[in-house]
Amino acid sequence: MNTTTSSIEGPPTASRWERFRDSYLLYSFKRDLIAQISLLVFVLMVVAAVLAPWLAPMNPYDLAQIDILASELPPFWISGSEDAYVLGTDAQGRDMLSTILYGARVSLIIGFGAVALQAILGVSFGLLAGYLGGRIDAFLMRLADIQLSFSTLMVAIVVGALVKAIFGGATFSAYAVPLLVLIIGLAEWPQYARTVRASVLAEKNKEYVDAARTMGLSSRRIMFRHILPNTLSPIFVISTVQVANAIISEAALSFLGLGMPETHPSLGSLIKSGFDYLQSGSWWITLMPGAVLVLLVLVINLLGDWLRDVLNPRLYKG
Amino acid sequence: MSLLEVNYLDVRFALRRGEVQALRDVCFSLDRGERLGIVGESGAGKSVAAFSLLNLISKPGYIAGGSIRFDGQELTGLSDRALRRIRGHRISMIFQDPMMTLNPVLTIGEQMIECLKAHRRIARREARAIALRKLEQVQIPSPEARLDQYPHELSGGMRQRVIIAIALLLDPDIIVADEPTTALDVTIQAEIMALLLELCEKHNVGLILITHDLGVVSQVTQRMLVMYAGRVIEQGPTREIINDPQHPYTQGLMNALPQMATPGERLNQIPGSMPSLDNLPSGCAFHPRCAFTRHPDGSERPSCRCQVPEFVASGNCQVACHMVAEMIERERIPAEETTR
Repeated sequence: MNTTTSSIEGPPTASRWERFRDSYLLYSFKRDLIAQISLLVFVLMVVAAVLAPWLAPMNPYDLAQIDILASELPPFWISGSEDAYVLGTDAQGRDMLSTILYGARVSLIIGFGAVALQAILGVSFGLLAGYLGGRIDAFLMRLADIQLSFSTLMVAIVVGALVKAIFGGATFSAYAVPLLVLIIGLAEWPQYARTVRASVLAEKNKEYVDAARTMGLSSRRIMFRHILPNTLSPIFVISTVQVANAIISEAALSFLGLGMPETHPSLGSLIKSGFDYLQSGSWWITLMPGAVLVLLVLVINLLGDWLRDVLNPRLYKG
Repeated sequence: MSLLEVNYLDVRFALRRGEVQALRDVCFSLDRGERLGIVGESGAGKSVAAFSLLNLISKPGYIAGGSIRFDGQELTGLSDRALRRIRGHRISMIFQDPMMTLNPVLTIGEQMIECLKAHRRIARREARAIALRKLEQVQIPSPEARLDQYPHELSGGMRQRVIIAIALLLDPDIIVADEPTTALDVTIQAEIMALLLELCEKHNVGLILITHDLGVVSQVTQRMLVMYAGRVIEQGPTREIINDPQHPYTQGLMNALPQMATPGERLNQIPGSMPSLDNLPSGCAFHPRCAFTRHPDGSERPSCRCQVPEFVASGNCQVACHMVAEMIERERIPAEETTR
């Protein structure tokens, strides 16, 4: 990345670690309190989610551990709570803390999986369209326009309904995670394709591309080895936004009952499952996972903002 | 037969307002180890000629006719795959601006290894060793360290050395250098030129040097072409052209050199400027600026305005000029009459 600022007088051989230590990226991170807090919270949440099977007091998927008599217990600071359930329980008697940890895990898997799919599709299509141009460009970009004209929710509703109708609800529940990754991934790839195409168009007229061609490199090598590394900064920046978007999309789908089933809840389906009890006073079933979702999306967006400022070549060019 | 033979090369650009002929009837040849200079004003078609050698002119340009034979193989119409085997491997190129031609996000070593791997099945470690050896050849200080540096960590002169090292990486037969020193400052220019010359001589590499600088051409090259408005107007041994230019344009170029001017007076210049390629004058493209469009007796020579001049031999040189042709004709006829 063009973030190293080592000077010519510096030691001639700098290891990767030394380059990172001297980089502008680290420098600006050390000076940005919001970025530091966001990263800390984000890392804590990811670690907690990944380690959910070991951290959670109980396994919410294990029906044997669930006690229906302990349903709708409030969090610890409200009278009537039980010590075993710090954040209370939901309508089925599942421990809220455990379900949130497991739910965050599902949400993060879907969020990152969908973004990985978007990035692979979008970056490849964007590179091809930008570098090859002509008919391929026109075709891929019209495809992107068509894709963007369908909203994610609509695609998800149609695909989800079709899968449920054809294979039955049980199959849908079993394959809900890969299906959601596929749906959200397919719906949002044009974001990447457009950004990458725009930077490729700017990069491909630079002389180093001509030089690479005179070296006899193939178009594929030039695209992936020479142009792609030069377009990474915008890719990083939109990735953060897209992860947050994908998590929200998944939550919205789950809330509408088109996402994760309640037996295998994500944050979205947890919010939904508590929604019916909101009026009856059990607000924590909805509010707890809701707060976690908001916090997760917020820190990712804050990190994205910071990254955008750092990598913006107009603000800083190294 | 020469290593490289270019015959009647015709390159056009299909623009929205119509086709523009950037090169017409360009012919030249290059022997193994020979050094050829191509000079001319900006826009004369020098760089287009260099790019079309490897069929690298990008759209909307294309080679409309003529032939480029390299080592017995016709390059025009060759598939991209086959051309890639020649690019960088048998014929390599050096560009004007060393700031722009290196990829800013890859290390020097990475870029060199990349180039080697594109042409040979080679282990990374071995490629790195070759890269290091080439960097030593171009006399870069601490070559080992440079391999892991990024282009922005090197100075302009060092970058151009790296580019020369990349050009030499696969031991090519020909290096095409498109104004290799224009972007450098004067002291570095001489160093880089001397290095390029030395390496070409040592490895018996042919050099096509494209430049504005007649001084460099006269020092480095054995033969030269003078181009004007997409056409070669004079070619021959460098020494003869520099000492005794025949074409009025070449004479004008020589006269425009600062050392040809009388101290204290204005520098000489050729009046007017080069015509744009989509609106060339009829006949000889140079005639509107030429001081010799009239016969010695003062009457107009109509062929300058109406007829494209053919090459005529003058000594070891070839010149495309009606005036020169007429002079040679006039000398030849009396000579024939006296022998009779």
